[in-house]
Amino acid sequence: MSFVEYGEFMKEGDIAIVFLGHDSMFPVKLQHGAQTQTKYGVIRHSSDLIGKRYGSKVTCSKGGWVYILHPTPELWTMNLPHRTQILYSTDISLITMMLELKPGSIVCESGTGSGSLSHAIIRTIAPTGHLYTIEFHQQRAEKAMEEFREHKVDHLVTVKSQDVCKNGFGVANIADAVFLDIPSPWEAIGHAKSALKEQGGRICSFSPCIEQVQRTCQALEAHGFTEVDTLEILLRIYDVRTISLQTADLGIVAEDVSSTGLDSGSQLGQSSVCDNSSQRTIQFKSAVTPREMVGHTGYLTFATKSLF
Amino acid sequence: MESSKSAGDLIREGDFVVLKREDVFKAVQLLWRKKIIFEKQWIYLDNAIQQFYGTTFEITAGGNLQPKRKLEETNTETKEAGADNRNIVDDGKSQKLTRDDIEALKEKGIKGQEIVQQLIENSTTFRDKTEFAQEKYIRKKKKKYEAVVTILKPCARILAKMYYGREPGKICQLRYDTLAQMLTLGNIHAGSKVIVMETCAGLVLGAVMERMGGYGVVIQMYPGGGPVRAATDCFGFPKSFSDTLHEFPLSKVNSLLSGKYSPEISSIGPNDKLPLEETSNGCLGGQQVAEKEFSSEMVPESNESEAQEAMQLSTGELENQDNQDQRNAKEKKDNEEKKRRQDEKRKKEMQAAVLLRKKNADGLIIASRFHPAPLLLSLLEFVAPSRPFVIYCQYKEPLLDCYTKLREVGGAVSLRLSETWLRNYQVLPDRSHPKLLMSGGGGYLLSGITVTRENVKLDSRCLDVQKTEEPAPKKQKMEELQS
Repeated sequence: MSFVEYGEFMKEGDIAIVFLGHDSMFPVKLQHGAQTQTKYGVIRHSSDLIGKRYGSKVTCSKGGWVYILHPTPELWTMNLPHRTQILYSTDISLITMMLELKPGSIVCESGTGSGSLSHAIIRTIAPTGHLYTIEFHQQRAEKAMEEFREHKVDHLVTVKSQDVCKNGFGVANIADAVFLDIPSPWEAIGHAKSALKEQGGRICSFSPCIEQVQRTCQALEAHGFTEVDTLEILLRIYDVRTISLQTADLGIVAEDVSSTGLDSGSQLGQSSVCDNSSQRTIQFKSAVTPREMVGHTGYLTFATKSLF
Repeated sequence: MESSKSAGDLIREGDFVVLKREDVFKAVQLLWRKKIIFEKQWIYLDNAIQQFYGTTFEITAGGNLQPKRKLEETNTETKEAGADNRNIVDDGKSQKLTRDDIEALKEKGIKGQEIVQQLIENSTTFRDKTEFAQEKYIRKKKKKYEAVVTILKPCARILAKMYYGREPGKICQLRYDTLAQMLTLGNIHAGSKVIVMETCAGLVLGAVMERMGGYGVVIQMYPGGGPVRAATDCFGFPKSFSDTLHEFPLSKVNSLLSGKYSPEISSIGPNDKLPLEETSNGCLGGQQVAEKEFSSEMVPESNESEAQEAMQLSTGELENQDNQDQRNAKEKKDNEEKKRRQDEKRKKEMQAAVLLRKKNADGLIIASRFHPAPLLLSLLEFVAPSRPFVIYCQYKEPLLDCYTKLREVGGAVSLRLSETWLRNYQVLPDRSHPKLLMSGGGGYLLSGITVTRENVKLDSRCLDVQKTEEPAPKKQKMEELQS
């Protein structure tokens, strides 16, 4: 396995996702002799995992079972150890398409943060593209590099520890796309421009506050970027449920009892003699929105560097 | 300086390109001396050849293009401006130029920029407008009178936006951010083997192919006589990409699953010609037809045989016999061609069948006008365990069905029904706000991950248990109520 290539069977050294149920999963590194504890009991890597197919159902020691899933950038995003606030797949999807990323793209990113977006970019630009990612926090940069190595994608990425606003991306005229997720993106627009290819490319900046967007847009215009466009994408998740609603008791009109035979009204009327069963219910399937949803992650500002 | 620019960035004859004016896009194939109508204007794209992609052109008299250099911002904006509109009265007389005057200016071939300048000078209220209102006025006039067009290289971003803007009906109202979600949720990337079932003019297929970059395998499942790829053609993929693209008729899925498949009992009949024509028509089938109606002069360069025929007809009656021979020969050639195509098609179908039979696909993408539940349940059989699948539907209810059925038959985890909302912003100094209009809906997605299914025996037993178990409490409740 790797994050850019599917494998059929679990191997020593792989990262696998232990899926216990909805919203309950975690990554493990497969190692001979190792054990993993779940609420359903223990899983022994050597006997339970290594050599099995991804997607298998694995029975734990206490009789419960889990599924073992092949890692993907999306599953990683849901399970990675947070070192910073991260970007989620909804924003990542839009960023990937609007930056026109595809195999072979050269991309610059800052900051690396927890590497949520980095993994998605690497997946998309493999096998011939490259990601240059800049993180000014030394420790986070090192941790990210370690993860890329563990996930077998380090050949597709270069991590640099420097301040992108002061020192730029350390590359010039090679990028097809630049992504910024830093507190003051407007200070890095000039560097982004010089990192992008001479004939042009795309840029995206992610900011939670409108004031940041404002300054970024001004900087983009000042540096001659065109097609400046600010978007916001919101995810709505629906629960699929069977709902039953009681029909209200509207009382009986004596002479109507037999005449309204068509619907259940007659039934209602008749059974109203018996108080309890007068309460009829109607069932239907519904897509129910959760009580709360994520209302805002950040504004995404896109622009194009043109030839002239 | 030219070092980082490569020949691949130059516009060439025959390229599929996208024209852009403001927020309006149009995909065309760039052909020599071909008239194209775009935003109510006739244009020839000849002058774009050998220019770089991303170049903005001005449309000159006669519909020719002229590269527009970086615009020196006209410092026409008068420094004078009002504070508010308390004294501005709408009497319809503020513009001193009449319609005819403006038409006359246009006919003289005066540049749009100058027309805008004249409009400003002849507006009595312009000076009293606030700075913001002046800017807005200029922006609106520029949009109308400055005819500029940018030529872009096609990509999923642009084509998805274009289709959603121009022909949402053809792509089942699939909004571009929803398409973006599909590609990510489906983990579409180079080297995988993806099954695509779509009736979105080939847009979803094109987007998947772009993400795979010519590495791996795409199997398109098509309804009817053949796959529709009008939008796919607009991407202008290199020839090598077509080697990775396979197709298989939906009508044979059941026989393939039951092991009774044979390519010979094919229903390939006369109806397979229809979609072929649709694809050979180039990008945006319907649109091109519309264009033909507009233009009587248009020579269908794309259709050589038609042109040939026309020439033959014009050579006169003397060579009637000759013509007859030629026509016979042509018919024979056509028949051979037809047979060759059918053989080719059968061969490709066989290849696709072999690929599907392995049941080890790395993903499934469905976006069609059909009810998704039967499609999903059948096509999922071809997908390996621990692989993502995504189903798009314009409506929510059929996806509720899919969800319930998947829960019943098993073989999938992490099921999620979702929708995305997209909001556009105007960002200008002191005037930032969400745009007035937002899209009411871009469809719904059901996504999930496949897992190994228990062997059938166990599965059905589980189901039985569930079936008898689940309604039991309900029955009890009813009994309690009735007693």
